[in-house]
Amino acid sequence: MIEKALVKRTSKAYWAWIAFLAALFAVGFAAYIYQMVNGFHVTGMSRDISWGMYIGHLTFFVGVAAGGVMIVLPYYLHNVKEFGRITVVGEFLAIPAIIMALLFVVVDIGSPMKLFNVYLYYTPHSMLCWDATVLPIYLVLNLIVGYNVLQAENKGRKYGKIVKALAVFSIPFAFSIHIVTAWLYAGLPSRHYFLTAMLPAKFLAGAFATGPALIILICFILNKLTGFDAGKKAIDRLATTVAYAYTATIFMVVCEFFTAFYSNVPSHKAALQYLFAGLHGHNQFVPLMWLFVVLAVVTLIIMIPRQTRTNYKLLGFGCVTAFLSMYIEKGLTFVIGGLSETPFGEIASYHITLPEFLVIVGIFALGILIASILFKLVVVVKKDMDLDAFPQEDRAALPMKYVAEYNAANGIAAEVPVVEAEPEEAKAE
Amino acid sequence: MEMNRRKFLKLGTAAVAGLGVAAAATNPAVAAAVNGSYKETAGKVSDVTWGMVIDMNKMDEATLNRCIEACHKFHNVPNIDTKKDEVKWIWGETFEHLFLDEVHEKMGDKFKDRNFMTICNHCAEPVCVRVCPVKATFMNAQGVVGMDMHRCIGCRNCMAACPYGARSFNYKNPRNYLDEINPSYPTRMKGVVEKCNFCSERLAVGEMPLCVEEAGGAIIFGDISNPDSAVSKAIAENFTLQRRSNLGTKPKVYYIV
Repeated sequence: MIEKALVKRTSKAYWAWIAFLAALFAVGFAAYIYQMVNGFHVTGMSRDISWGMYIGHLTFFVGVAAGGVMIVLPYYLHNVKEFGRITVVGEFLAIPAIIMALLFVVVDIGSPMKLFNVYLYYTPHSMLCWDATVLPIYLVLNLIVGYNVLQAENKGRKYGKIVKALAVFSIPFAFSIHIVTAWLYAGLPSRHYFLTAMLPAKFLAGAFATGPALIILICFILNKLTGFDAGKKAIDRLATTVAYAYTATIFMVVCEFFTAFYSNVPSHKAALQYLFAGLHGHNQFVPLMWLFVVLAVVTLIIMIPRQTRTNYKLLGFGCVTAFLSMYIEKGLTFVIGGLSETPFGEIASYHITLPEFLVIVGIFALGILIASILFKLVVVVKKDMDLDAFPQEDRAALPMKYVAEYNAANGIAAEVPVVEAEPEEAKAE
Repeated sequence: MEMNRRKFLKLGTAAVAGLGVAAAATNPAVAAAVNGSYKETAGKVSDVTWGMVIDMNKMDEATLNRCIEACHKFHNVPNIDTKKDEVKWIWGETFEHLFLDEVHEKMGDKFKDRNFMTICNHCAEPVCVRVCPVKATFMNAQGVVGMDMHRCIGCRNCMAACPYGARSFNYKNPRNYLDEINPSYPTRMKGVVEKCNFCSERLAVGEMPLCVEEAGGAIIFGDISNPDSAVSKAIAENFTLQRRSNLGTKPKVYYIV
């Protein structure tokens, strides 16, 4: 099946895109080598702010990975049929997202050659240990389920019972990856921005907004590039999910403000003051946080009323603002904000460095590269399904693009049964 | 494997305990501080719990600097002078920074700015040990919170967790920042976390921590589980503070202010 995405029915533009991403990844890898040779002092991290952009990105992308469950859960548990066509998009989105999250941990580890000590000296009272447990499991589950669902569709039959069981089994893991990541922070005494029981709920709500928002955007992009249609009902339902989850997230952000400023406890206020207004002369994140506020307001205005949410141009824009605002709040500023007040009551600032930025770019490039290959695969399989289902005599009514692809698909149609006839080869895929 | 190593270390401690008592008997200063601290009890090699009282009436700037120098020199602590990347086991910090919950707006500068000796608190409920994913930081049988820098993966979770800022990460290669190397203590590589270890390598052979020796009476060290020890008496008879005692970490370093 993978040969379909990798070899068959590819365009020059596709290969140029893949090559561009691979080049970016190479740049990031070189920056990582530079960091490992010279030591972590080439990053913005310090004795005071010991976790920075890398761990922030880990947190955000665990959320993106968990967000896909907002398709998987309704489909497998509540039989929401309109998601049937795109469950695999949710499952496949989780794969690059977890790979990115894991890579953001790896590049943050000072002695990566000792990384597997985490499994050698397994320590359940460490939350990081649980992160290292649930993330790989969730990755493997999504690989198995996503691949088998698509493979079944490719062969024109329904996925098996075991695949469904694994899909259902993956649902609690989607929740736990983000809960565990929140507990990484929420159990640290003296870090008041982190030390809140609200954190796992806030993280999950944010994830359930960003994940579906990204899936809507991916569906729109695939539609534009390839003519893939996710179905209006599925998009509308996902948009509703974004609306509810995003509103819940912003509500929890407001709750943080209330508790900090109504109680007036200085250490509860410190991180919020530092991020949104500046504290003790440190105000580097203030413009970014106000951008977050503006994006959040725009998102709420677009996503809450039904009229704007069902207008696809506005919906696309709203999904971009939802995604970007959560990227700022959770990915860029959460970790650094929480560590900004040092144990000595001072404010430490953080300035990202070029090598650090390039490493992040490299991981993004790899994630997008994996996503491009996976979604290419999805589109090819889905379009073959559509064409197979389309009555022969009505095919002239299809758009030109479809007809051209249909001809191409006809060209390879002779090869497909050969692959199917050899189950061993199919397994080897 | 783990248990064997632990047993081995315990046996080692038992062996040197004898030496320790002998050393204490010959050195009156050590004897006074330790106060016959190694006791044999059923099933346990030792039930000593090391603790420290820093007497700020006696700890002046010169004494503090002597302590820092002796400690950093012996433990091959790199001398990096940028605040971002520095590594430190002992240092001076103002009252305002150290006891931030005790400071009020109108406190006079001479109290706020008083320089206090700052080291790892060797908490009885250490957050760093709780969060470490590989048990590279651990508490030994005598309550010392130690670091296995060979095992540390450099994830820096302990640094985010420590409410006392006691931990340093080797952002730079520490071996490039040593004037001379003490061959009797290992150097580190970049990418691992380190901190004060209460001189557990010296305690194991019956010697007092270096800062205690250098401080000449300004630091009282001994078994805080024994009410008759000098350190317990110093805590009982003087007004002492612990850093951020409201966090439940139960520090074993006390300050006479």
